[in-house]
Amino acid sequence: MTQLILEQMLNGLQFGLMLFLLAAGLTLVFGIMDMINLSHGSLYMVGAYLGAALAQASGSFLLGLAGAMAGLALIGMLLEISLLRRLYQRDHLTQVLATFALILIANETVLLLWGPQPLLLNAPTALAGPVEILGFSYPAYRLLIIAVGLLVAALLYWLVSRTRTGMWVRAGAANRVMAEALGIDVRRLFTGIFALGAALCALAGVMLGPLLAVQVGMGENILILAFVVIVIGGIGSIRGALVGSLLVGLVDTLGRALLPTVLRAIASPEVAGHLGPALASIMIYLLMAAMLFWRPEGLFPARS
Amino acid sequence: MKPRHTALPEIALLAAAGALPLLLQAWGEEFYIGFATRMLIFALAATSLNFIVGYGGMVAFGHAAFFGSGAYVVALLMAAGITSAWLSWPLALAAAALLALLIGALSLRTRGVYFIMITLAFAQMLYYITVSLQVAGGDDGLPLARRSSLAPLDLGNDATLYWVTLGLLAASLYGLRRLADSRFGKALAGLRQNAPRMEALGYPVRPLQLACFVIGGALAGLAGALLANQNGLASPNLLYWKQSGMLLVMVILGGVGLRYGGVAGAVMLLGLEEMLGLYTAHGHLYIGLFLLGVVLFAPQGLAGLALRRR
Repeated sequence: MTQLILEQMLNGLQFGLMLFLLAAGLTLVFGIMDMINLSHGSLYMVGAYLGAALAQASGSFLLGLAGAMAGLALIGMLLEISLLRRLYQRDHLTQVLATFALILIANETVLLLWGPQPLLLNAPTALAGPVEILGFSYPAYRLLIIAVGLLVAALLYWLVSRTRTGMWVRAGAANRVMAEALGIDVRRLFTGIFALGAALCALAGVMLGPLLAVQVGMGENILILAFVVIVIGGIGSIRGALVGSLLVGLVDTLGRALLPTVLRAIASPEVAGHLGPALASIMIYLLMAAMLFWRPEGLFPARS
Repeated sequence: MKPRHTALPEIALLAAAGALPLLLQAWGEEFYIGFATRMLIFALAATSLNFIVGYGGMVAFGHAAFFGSGAYVVALLMAAGITSAWLSWPLALAAAALLALLIGALSLRTRGVYFIMITLAFAQMLYYITVSLQVAGGDDGLPLARRSSLAPLDLGNDATLYWVTLGLLAASLYGLRRLADSRFGKALAGLRQNAPRMEALGYPVRPLQLACFVIGGALAGLAGALLANQNGLASPNLLYWKQSGMLLVMVILGGVGLRYGGVAGAVMLLGLEEMLGLYTAHGHLYIGLFLLGVVLFAPQGLAGLALRRR
């Protein structure tokens, strides 16, 4: 039992860190520009496809990953300059319409380029097997994901809290108009943020590729999860995104693994069998609703 | 002074819509009766959302919850042996209304993007509950053994289902118009423009918004009941967040707050989808580009282009 819980906690940590890669970019877009971007999940999907295709062509996972991140940074930058920056001043309904349109376009483009069959993306062969940790064996590749996630989180933390650019970002998130008045070029800063956010999407997409299927629509579930993370963490806060991601990753993974067992202990097997999966899958939404209800500004409010 | 309103164009349009199945039968294109019914059902769903978004001023991103639950109520009752539409459709409406009351009461404590997100969260919750419940058919959805029986009418006949749907849509549009012109509607209009002032004037702001939310949700439930009959299936897709997005897109496209905005948007979007489907398997690509074009070149929506008012 202890081993099961430990293993699931590692899985939750791994999932949470990958969620963080998505939520980090999204929360800044949301927080600074007050913009709802539904197409963030599509960047994740396109990143995964690009990585899988490049890895297949070159035979190197690393090359695929680097190519996907560079490609998505470029795509994100172009998207921001050509379209998204026109949406910042518009109302939320228009932003929903435009970015929903982007989802449709991205899905069909991927279908046109790669067809309806999911792409295969293999983990690097050196990491294919399990390793022995804490007295049980755990897939080495999942450990790599955790390591990469932690590394990126640390880098982002350094970038946001220790550099001048990060100071601008924080100033923009706290009060955009004031930051602009103080001479920060929020527009250009924002193109950069968007490119970085897109590259992080690609990183998450490629890293998760070997575990989940690289297929059309893969970004649509995880997008909503990223929104849940942001609302829980506090819109615009990187620190909130990290804590929220880990919370959502752990609650979701542990809930799915343990809740049916727990229910079986207190209710009849039939009730538990019906209720367990349903309850487990809505845990994080309950968490978010409770958060909005009692503390709508989130765990770490960024806005002043 | 109220401008004199002549109902003539509307009656003519209703008559034309009523004659459509006969025309399609005469042309031997009966297949399209089902498609036209789908259009009307989505017109009803989008109209109900437009009441919440356009009249109530609440950007709700979870309308699929009410739409889908209406469909599931009919399917579940059918599975339990209750086939009468006289019973199951009002129950679908009531269930959606109750759900809207619950979700609305909780969500209306927040506003702005938080309202968008919390309605989205509740709808997703319902989606996952439905998918994981075995009684509801899980991922596959719950098929209907046959259509509801609306004695003395025979809904098994496609044209009859079309006319019943048309009747319900027309009645809903009429009812919503009466509502918008009533004291309640005027208070909603005031709320949309300046909620703090209305509150200062003594209007019960949240109950008014909640009432609007519940009415919209209930009508979406009715639309869901109709769609379950048309499709012969209550599918979890009806509850997925993309369905909420699609309905919202219809409303924006047709004109937020316009009386026929929901109808126009549904007819336009589904019509476009069907037409593109004749030529390409990637119709959504062009729909996406079209929507982007609307955003960039027609900031007030398509209706705004035609009417020069919101």
